[in-house]
Amino acid sequence: MFTRVQGWLDERFHWADIIGPLKKKTVPIHRLSYWYFLGGITLFLFLIQVCTGILLLLYYRPSANEAFESVQYIMTRVQFGWLIRSIHSWAANLMIFTAFSHMFSVVFLRAYRKPRELTWLSGMFLLFLAMGFGFSGYLLPWNTLAFFATKVGTEITGQVPVIGHPLMVLLRGGEDVTGATLTRFFGLHVAVLPGLTTVLILVHLALVQYFGISVPPGVEARWKASPGDARQMKFFPSFFLRELMAWYIALGVLGALAALLPWELGTKADPFAPAPAGIRPEWYFMFMFQTLKKIPAKVWFVDGEIVGIVVFGVAGLLWLLLPFFDQLARGRGRRFVMGAGVFALCYMISMTIYGYMAK
Amino acid sequence: MRRRIVELLLGGGLFASIVTFLYPVLRYLIPPPVPDLGGDEVVAARVADLKPNGSKIVRFGTRPALLLMTADGEYRALSAVCTHLSCTVQYRRDLHQIWCACHNGMYDLSGRNISGPPPRPLEDFQVHVRGNEIVISRKRQA
Repeated sequence: MFTRVQGWLDERFHWADIIGPLKKKTVPIHRLSYWYFLGGITLFLFLIQVCTGILLLLYYRPSANEAFESVQYIMTRVQFGWLIRSIHSWAANLMIFTAFSHMFSVVFLRAYRKPRELTWLSGMFLLFLAMGFGFSGYLLPWNTLAFFATKVGTEITGQVPVIGHPLMVLLRGGEDVTGATLTRFFGLHVAVLPGLTTVLILVHLALVQYFGISVPPGVEARWKASPGDARQMKFFPSFFLRELMAWYIALGVLGALAALLPWELGTKADPFAPAPAGIRPEWYFMFMFQTLKKIPAKVWFVDGEIVGIVVFGVAGLLWLLLPFFDQLARGRGRRFVMGAGVFALCYMISMTIYGYMAK
Repeated sequence: MRRRIVELLLGGGLFASIVTFLYPVLRYLIPPPVPDLGGDEVVAARVADLKPNGSKIVRFGTRPALLLMTADGEYRALSAVCTHLSCTVQYRRDLHQIWCACHNGMYDLSGRNISGPPPRPLEDFQVHVRGNEIVISRKRQA
């Protein structure tokens, strides 16, 4: 049966030509090969997000009057609604976590180096999109925590010099966070971001396919010295089956987290109520949030907030251009990138922990 | 033989886990039943609202009902959901009949399907006048 279908497709689309390059694709085998799974797991979690997101759309209502109640309805009345929502929330967080881990693994294994600069850039933009998903999705249940976190988050955007205020109004759909903001964030979350992400994922995968999988420089040098040591594994079916196994484990972890620690809903947002204590963003924005909290109100004669935002903006831009620094002054550039990677990782972890510990 | 047993166990395990993942999704797709908070009785209109040969669509539970006053001044109340494909019917003052615009179905004033595609009569309700309120209620089964 399968052979007949394959024959039918081959006759019309020259199927063999299409999957030919994929059949030839190989994956290098060395002691660090397991880092290669992270990108695939991130992709798998994105697919879970798409599926559970579509399911949530069946009952969710994107208006300030109904959003909270509709999520409450999903969690209390719809069969397994609590599980679907919990999986959506957990998968979102795990996806950001695996995307960050993937990014740092690329930095420390120097997989971004020539000729893979564009693969790095497309990956970074995917990470920004994932964070955009997180930020826009956080508001959708229209609960108190999300309402004030969005208020603070969009207010920070408003502090950006020159373009900040118009950008904030554009994001909020007005001067304040209202039902109009919810509608905008909903549109971003379910239409704009998924469309952009799908295109960018295809570009990212095409680049990975075109350049092949990077081998860490140390391993590459060893293999060059003695080519007999170089080991490769066929992508189909050997690596693919291993990747499926990793997905299966990820699904198990996700299911366990969603079932044992279901995501809470909180209380309905009231725009006229005072902000309760403990307002904070999602964990992946925490290092920025905590940094901005610690910057004094005035740094010399400039507002502290503006200094923080400009510093983060410049740091983000430099991080984006990391592969290009690697090539600048041979050894020094590489050391700079490694140093920046270690510093960024330590800074993010310590500020996140500090953010959760601080009152 | 041993290989076959291992394959069977692995395949069975995989199949069972897929079923475990799909079962909640399938259950989730089934919408929860909507409680009919309307009860069996509703105040449909005030006496002054209806003139002879006039009608009004009112909410009866979660569905629409048609309350009408015949040219003789008699009240009638019927389900306004066409028995063909569930469009909402209307009273035609010119024809003195109930008409479904979707597929040109016709009912008489007792709700009997008289022409067009409707397969069954409309459900008819009881009408009471209490003071100046017109109340409609579901007929009790004998």
